[in-house]
Amino acid sequence: MTLILKTEGLNKVYRRGGIVRAQYVTALDDVNITVESDKPVVIAVVGESGSGKTTLAKTLLRLETPTSGRAIVYDEVVAGKGATPSKRAFLGLVQPIFQNPFEAFSRYRPVDAYLHETARRVAGMNDSAAEAAVAEALNSVGLSYDEIRGKYTGQFSGGELQRISVARALIPQPKLIVADEPVSMIDASRRMIIINLFKRLRDDAGRSFLYITHDLATAYYISDFIAVMNKGQVVEFGPAREVMNDPRHAYTQLLLDSIPTTKSRWRPRLVRAG
Amino acid sequence: MIRLNDLKISYRIGGRTIDAVDGVTLTIPDGCIVGIAGESGSGKSTLMKAIYGDIQHPMYISRGSIDYDLSAADGRPVTTETIRQEWFKTISYVPQSSMNSLNPVIRIGKQFTDFPGTGSNKRRVLEKARTYLGKLGLPPGVMESYPHQLSGGMRQRVMIGLATFFQPGLIIADEPTTALDVVVQKEILMLLMELQEEMNNTILVVSHDMGVHYQVTHKMLIMYAGRVVEYGDTESVFADPQHAYTKMLIDSLPTIGDDSMRGVIASAAGAGGDRAFRVEPGLFEVKPNHFVARAAANAGVLA
Repeated sequence: MTLILKTEGLNKVYRRGGIVRAQYVTALDDVNITVESDKPVVIAVVGESGSGKTTLAKTLLRLETPTSGRAIVYDEVVAGKGATPSKRAFLGLVQPIFQNPFEAFSRYRPVDAYLHETARRVAGMNDSAAEAAVAEALNSVGLSYDEIRGKYTGQFSGGELQRISVARALIPQPKLIVADEPVSMIDASRRMIIINLFKRLRDDAGRSFLYITHDLATAYYISDFIAVMNKGQVVEFGPAREVMNDPRHAYTQLLLDSIPTTKSRWRPRLVRAG
Repeated sequence: MIRLNDLKISYRIGGRTIDAVDGVTLTIPDGCIVGIAGESGSGKSTLMKAIYGDIQHPMYISRGSIDYDLSAADGRPVTTETIRQEWFKTISYVPQSSMNSLNPVIRIGKQFTDFPGTGSNKRRVLEKARTYLGKLGLPPGVMESYPHQLSGGMRQRVMIGLATFFQPGLIIADEPTTALDVVVQKEILMLLMELQEEMNNTILVVSHDMGVHYQVTHKMLIMYAGRVVEYGDTESVFADPQHAYTKMLIDSLPTIGDDSMRGVIASAAGAGGDRAFRVEPGLFEVKPNHFVARAAANAGVLA
């Protein structure tokens, strides 16, 4: 068994307001999750806005320092007390994918420049090795280098650009990819292309994912583990199928009951004749 | 009822003309919720704008017309040219982002009297608005709040309150719950359904979530590349979709408790380019109240 992700008493308190009258907002409240598996996994984090799921992602990405507690990714302490790896080693272990790919890349710079930079500065490759790595990464997301060379963000659709973000994240061969709402900006009919890509990268390329979303249906579809967050706390955590088929916590049940499905109606409605 | 007669809406950008809606003919009956689905660029937002009468350069109606079957206060029929005078009275709009639509520097209460024609009886309108917002499940303090003091769900409730306050005959809701999480989304959709049942008006709902459509609508309109692919009673469209594109939209998203592979057709369609599901203008009735379009000659193999 490999320790893929472990958080120990992770807390994050934001301070708002002035010196005299400060308000404190607890975004993460004693988060303890442990994911161990022989194979790479997709871990979903679900919950409503303000539940702390993005703060959890930011903490794991070292964009926020936890107030207390620590996080371990593949046996390395990445956040909190005793966080050891250098920035470069860290970025070789954990890579992000953000919600809005149009904001993740600058409009004034060709997108392949970002891929090159990741290859050279994070993976430490020389120019020709970087070129090969970029081509390979783009290949693995179903794009060819020739299609994107020298192009700017405005020349891609949201789905294509998000696939390029995935390719960029793959270049340093990270073990964990943290994806914060990666499909919410993408057309519903094209979302599954990204989701199936995650599935394939888990199974064939051995990458683990932390998939942050408020879409429980896609979370059910790809996840091995699921953490349900509410008000900064993890209210339910376990194997995805177990949690979603037999939710124990009232909040998980509420979330599941609120999904608009195409199977059963919320209440009987009159069907009006046209 | 609203009739669209061979409607074609174009944008003139630079020297180029883009036909966003290309030959749509259909009838929307009174008193039902119609869902409009289709991906970005399918023309659904353009069609909604045209029905709402918000036609501004570079957008223009290049062919066809819209009949509203409504009369203005002076007794003359409402047309595309005069519909602006009906905004928020007989026709209203619920936009996607309530934060960008409420005036940020005016208290909520005042936004209810911020229309032409409410000048003489402001106090009465305010009293009615206060009662009405209470009915929509908002706390009384909301009238004195600024938009930024409210949560996203409360703001969207206020928007729905504003849109339904004058009991309009037609409401256009463009992705009314996209920015909200599932729990709040359900509350807002239930509210919209209850109001519709009470007022018996027509609501056009644009959404890309087929689950939302199934829960809320009586009729479904599926658009692809500026044309209507399928139009019919929601029950019939979901139970027996006629067009491959409709099937793809319904099947593309996973459901809880179902482990089958999803989104395979979507990737194939993506590879097939934008023409995979193109159809001819004109609809054929395959079942009572269920219409479908024929595949275009130059459509991809999947259609």
